[in-house]
Amino acid sequence: MNLLEVKSVSKNFGGVAALKNISVKVNDREIVGLIGPNGAGKTSFFNCVTGLVPIDRGEILFRGALRLNGLPPHRILEAGVARTFQNLRIFKHMTLLENVAIGFHARTKSGLWDALLRTRRLKVEEKKIFTGSRELLAFVGLEKHGNDTAAFLPYGHQKRLEIARALASGPKLLLLDEPVAGMNPQEKNEIIALVRKIREKGIAVLLIEHDMKVVMPLSDRVIVMDEGAKIGEGLPDEIQNNPRVIQAYLGEG
Amino acid sequence: MSLSRIKSKHPFFFQVVLFLFPFVLLPILDKNIYHIDLLTSVGIYVLLAMGLNVAVGFTGLLNLGYAAFFALGAYTYALLNLHWGCPFWIGLPIAGAVSMVFGVVIGLPSIRVRGDYLAITTLGFGEIVRISFNNLDEWTGGPNGILGIDRPQLWLPVFKGGFHWKLWSFSVNPTPYFYLVLALVAVTAYLLFRMSDSKMGRALVAIREDELAASCMGIPTLKIKLIAFGLSSFIAGIAGAVFASKQTIVTPDSFDFVLSVLILAMVVLGGMGNIWGSALGALVLGTLPELLRGFAAYRMLLFGLLMILMMIFRPQGILGGQLIRRELASRQKEADHESA
Amino acid sequence: MLELFIQQILNGLTIGMVYALIALGYTMVYGVIQLINFAHGEVFMVGAYLALTVMWIFASLFPGAPFWLVLISLLLFSMLGSAVLGAAIEKIAYRPLRGSPKLTALITSIGVSFFLQNAVMLIYGLKEQSVPEIIPDVRWHLGDLSFSLIQLIIFATSLGLMFFLSWFIKHTRTGKAMRACAQDPEAAQLVGISVNQIIRTTFVLGSMLAAVGGALFGMYYGSINFHDGYLAGLKAFTAAVFGGIGSVPGAMIGGILLGVFEGLGAGYISSEWKDVFAFLLLGAVLIFKPSGILGEPLPDKV
Repeated sequence: MNLLEVKSVSKNFGGVAALKNISVKVNDREIVGLIGPNGAGKTSFFNCVTGLVPIDRGEILFRGALRLNGLPPHRILEAGVARTFQNLRIFKHMTLLENVAIGFHARTKSGLWDALLRTRRLKVEEKKIFTGSRELLAFVGLEKHGNDTAAFLPYGHQKRLEIARALASGPKLLLLDEPVAGMNPQEKNEIIALVRKIREKGIAVLLIEHDMKVVMPLSDRVIVMDEGAKIGEGLPDEIQNNPRVIQAYLGEG
Repeated sequence: MSLSRIKSKHPFFFQVVLFLFPFVLLPILDKNIYHIDLLTSVGIYVLLAMGLNVAVGFTGLLNLGYAAFFALGAYTYALLNLHWGCPFWIGLPIAGAVSMVFGVVIGLPSIRVRGDYLAITTLGFGEIVRISFNNLDEWTGGPNGILGIDRPQLWLPVFKGGFHWKLWSFSVNPTPYFYLVLALVAVTAYLLFRMSDSKMGRALVAIREDELAASCMGIPTLKIKLIAFGLSSFIAGIAGAVFASKQTIVTPDSFDFVLSVLILAMVVLGGMGNIWGSALGALVLGTLPELLRGFAAYRMLLFGLLMILMMIFRPQGILGGQLIRRELASRQKEADHESA
Repeated sequence: MLELFIQQILNGLTIGMVYALIALGYTMVYGVIQLINFAHGEVFMVGAYLALTVMWIFASLFPGAPFWLVLISLLLFSMLGSAVLGAAIEKIAYRPLRGSPKLTALITSIGVSFFLQNAVMLIYGLKEQSVPEIIPDVRWHLGDLSFSLIQLIIFATSLGLMFFLSWFIKHTRTGKAMRACAQDPEAAQLVGISVNQIIRTTFVLGSMLAAVGGALFGMYYGSINFHDGYLAGLKAFTAAVFGGIGSVPGAMIGGILLGVFEGLGAGYISSEWKDVFAFLLLGAVLIFKPSGILGEPLPDKV
């Protein structure tokens, strides 16, 4: 089933075309790799899908029915699209458990009154949140560090924390922006295994990555961008041998 | 229930009682009216600092016009009392509500704006309120303000000469005010602790840490910021009503920019986001001017110097800027115990 | 009727020039380090007091000196004194906080502002100080309109300084370095520009302009008070944002326009409420058009 459908989306930033009439589809339970040279517009693409940046033209549909473009980021998250960030945006001064707990915000209903009056609803939800957060930390392999402050974690662990936090919202589609950047080969393999586990849970993944040794084995399908446009799409093998793609990279990857 | 059980099951109640109970004994042990009066004023500062902390410390919304919300609460009660004889206990929550409404109204447009711009916008609002109160003579008494505001009154049971109720009024004696303020501080601190240890509290901190990421993780940032701003203003309104009832006079120049900065300094000094920090900051900056009576002329100078030095050498404040360290280890034990 | 209108505009333009001089300091500093320099209004105020001091010195030591000599001396002295002050503030209060969150630096700048206000109050006293009449009261009349020598001097000095600044930024090496730092400090550093020095220069230039504004302000209104910097500073900041924060021509236009609007407002509405008007304008601009007339919106980097 069509999970995400990006239809002919264009975005200009003051004269520079970040996205040029780009169309992308992601299906249920797929792992799609998004590659392209630096500046191709991959992160801009993510920003448009998640509502951080408004699009100029086109449409973004989720599950066939819901139009994402024009919605604020938190509504898009509620709909079922979560993301991580290229530059790591974890909440540095909160503990790991607290970071992941934030992901549960949209799934729970308690508000200020519940907090002040300590209603039953709050107590039940808080327990669910922390149990769920512990489970997610275990899922990404960080269960021993629940009470540690996020700032003191090694880089690789911080990246995993961001994934756990994104998963806390119960998404149907997970957008990963360079999840293995700066990691050593062993850590990268762990992330590959993690992404596969995520797919097994029924979550589709769209990932931006530069490391071909990670993207190719993982992806069911690969989409290639260059200068804001889609210049190739297909199976990993096809893409690796596509002359246009090779030219775009000019030796990268 | 054993003491340690109370401490782990009701940590906030325990803390609040622990730190504030000594103050209950104070008027009994120290009969000095001047001391009690000073501490009552400090108590009002504590309320204000805790209130501002919600916006600035928890959420990162820099409000440089907080004195205006204090003023709005004070004038609301004063006007209600003057025109309709509204008793204090009814005026009190109304004052809070009025301030809160203004907070939301000002917040709606301003909160979208970048941090340092929000600071200037709120500063402007603070000045507009003060100047307006000063100029609208027919409604607010202008520079002379409003006088003759009623003090709080209570119906007290009397047993001598047959059981009956007697209407007793607060007076110039600060002691009843002291207990009133102490009670408000206790309740406010308790409620704020509860708020901070909840989904709402975490959301506020997340917004302060990284608003963009927070919104991508499902937090409706605008709505939550408005709630923080409104709550912060509400507390100022309550403090304002109490202040008006104690002074029995309100004038516009009590609510100027310097006051806004003073309260901000209290929050920063104690540690942004730290509830007890705000109380400590208020205690220090509230009593210092009295202790340094001889240096009154240098007050602003030293105050300015203090702010500069604080930001350079200890921006996190005395108690450090973080929220209560939740004892998650014990919570985990609790959760395991209950699911077993 | 028309003459009243034109007179108000003339008077508004006069004070607008002063606002423009102050606004330039705000906009340049914000351009390089994204800090709202709360203490800038105090530098303006100090400039006024420095000028006053020079007048007193002349009055007691050289009572016969010609007015233009006094004028030039006080302008130079204000500029010098404020340049030192501006550099000192930058070095002591702001540079240690270079990497800190912006709110920290803002709080510090409020501290500096309080400190300076109080220092001046302690030195010169609480009361309003009257400024001796240095400039002869020469006026030119056209019907009911009048234009004084002081106003001419203000116009000439302000416009002269503004032109000088524009030229400086456009054509000198330092000026180009300033623009580079405002656009991208990292890149500027990579091409060998000493960002620290440029920031200091920015503060010094802004302070000198503000001080001249202060000196002129004092001569125009005839009295000064240690609290003047606060109000004038806020208005000048409004002007800077209105014109587009970070934009030098924006600050000039913003300042002049604010002066005109304020003059018309005071003339036709009421002088009690003119400050409220300025604050409302400030709020409106910050909320609805933070990039101002000539500015560019500063995007959030994701």
